[in-house]
Amino acid sequence: MVSSGDFCQTRRVCGVLIRIDSVTKRYPDGTVAVDRLSLDIPDRSITVLVGPSGCGKTTTLRMINRMVEPSEGTILLDGRDIMRQPVNTLRRSMGYVIQNAGLFQHRTIIDNIATVPRLLGWGKEKARERARELMGRVGLDASLAKRYPYQLSGGQQQRVGVARALAADPPVLLMDEPFSAVDPVVRKGLQDELLRIQEELGKTIVFVTHDIDEAVKLGTMVAVMRTGGRLAQFAPPAELLSEPADEFVEDFLGADRGIRRLSFFPSAGLELVTAPVVATDSTAEQIAARDTPDAPYLLVTSPDGKPLGWSEPRNLTAGEIDPAQLLSYGRPFVAGTDSLRAALDCAVLSPTGWAVAVDADGRVAGVVSQQTIAEAIRGAHKESTSEAKALR
Amino acid sequence: MSGFFDIPSDLQHSWLGLIGLHLREALLPVLAGLVLALPIAQLCVRFRWLYPPVLWVTTVLYAIPSLAFFVVLIDYTGQTELTVMIPLAVYSLVILVPAIVDGVRSVPQETLAAATAMGFGPLRRYVQVQLPIAVPAIIAGLRVAVVSSISLVSVGTLIGNQGALGNLLADSMFYHRPELAVNSVVTTAVLAIVIDALLVGLRHLLTPWMEDTAK
Repeated sequence: MVSSGDFCQTRRVCGVLIRIDSVTKRYPDGTVAVDRLSLDIPDRSITVLVGPSGCGKTTTLRMINRMVEPSEGTILLDGRDIMRQPVNTLRRSMGYVIQNAGLFQHRTIIDNIATVPRLLGWGKEKARERARELMGRVGLDASLAKRYPYQLSGGQQQRVGVARALAADPPVLLMDEPFSAVDPVVRKGLQDELLRIQEELGKTIVFVTHDIDEAVKLGTMVAVMRTGGRLAQFAPPAELLSEPADEFVEDFLGADRGIRRLSFFPSAGLELVTAPVVATDSTAEQIAARDTPDAPYLLVTSPDGKPLGWSEPRNLTAGEIDPAQLLSYGRPFVAGTDSLRAALDCAVLSPTGWAVAVDADGRVAGVVSQQTIAEAIRGAHKESTSEAKALR
Repeated sequence: MSGFFDIPSDLQHSWLGLIGLHLREALLPVLAGLVLALPIAQLCVRFRWLYPPVLWVTTVLYAIPSLAFFVVLIDYTGQTELTVMIPLAVYSLVILVPAIVDGVRSVPQETLAAATAMGFGPLRRYVQVQLPIAVPAIIAGLRVAVVSSISLVSVGTLIGNQGALGNLLADSMFYHRPELAVNSVVTTAVLAIVIDALLVGLRHLLTPWMEDTAK
């Protein structure tokens, strides 16, 4: 468990915006949806509530904007008890994104987005101006402004949902399984978009999902909840993967948490080699010079440095290299930006066992063997363990 | 020999005059029914337990024949248009309450949750979100109510010639002019069809946001 003090030191984001203090929700029939839950939700970051269905994650989210009122305990927003604030004022200060978007089907896209500014008393033109600005921000074409929700795809509708939630520039964004109803490709796009928007806007986001991969990808902090509305673990995703608090969390994380944890290790430290790289316009001497026993294969690139494929040196004749004859190089990773997981994935996919690293423009930066990646992983593990010890 | 559109003088109206009278007697009750149905429906949506008894009472009212209504009402409102219109208003109410309740209830849960989360109070949510989305269901109800009201007005003939176009039916017997009966039936039918078409047009006008399934 990381206290907020540690959090400030390690993440450089400070302060708690929402403090959930031993909150219980008990329904009249005796069902307990949330059981003495305490969470400090840090400012300007994404906190994910994740757990199986019936774990009380949505109830918890809805207690933050009082759509569900807690039976016991208090919730403080920026130090003030939410129960002492006018309910509609409170709600208008929090953006809300819901599964299937929940758009107003009888209003145009632009008027959907302008809803909260209009409720806050902005003029029609000013609200629409703001809505147009937000359409750009969430990646919606301006030509969609006058359309109605039924004319949009599920992914586009969800973008409208996000834009609508951001319209009045609220400090808090509550997101209730916003991306679960769209297909995996669209979902990935929406997740990347959310991370990008968050980078720009720095909102305090509380995000509910049942998908642990989504939680690990998006969360600055992840709260794993278990059936009965109790907190199982509250930790940054890397710590969740390396040190699950108990068997339940471990089970919930799934089988390949070791591999997934590699997502949090940067590939920046990987030692890339450029020796086994030749261009299609290389001379016979250059090819001969690259032919060394420790690199049984050479990576052939186009004259401007884009990767083309692997080949054994003896199959390469200067001046007549045919790209169609080369072995596929799998998928390259971006040196420095991508994680060790991406690098390992490339090495595993590559038929030669070597991963191809490219720079931001797609030109080959070097190649790296599985052995080198394995060493980097061992190094990274050692480092993170000693860091974790230092934190205690 | 009198023409098809020559109306006997005892009715004190021209053909067009009868049409105007018929529309007034048919449409005013529907309007009254709608005005009453809206708040009743909202109460039924708000307090779920209220809907079954309301539905029960309205169904019983619908089962009362209009003649029986007239007999009771004549003591109070006499042989007037009002006596015809009160039962028609009740019938409209019976059709419209379930139509509005079902329409309002058909608004998706996540749309309602989103509205609440954005800070809509209950009244604002009803007027700005639930009612507009229920418009297609409400108009579907109005179409049934209007058409049945237009046909039922004719029964008013029985209480002192308050049946507008229906009065032609009785006159066709008194004066042995069968063409009056044809006139009555055809005109009433055409009126119903035209008003129904107008309502369909109104729905298209009010709901540009609906997917056009006819295409």
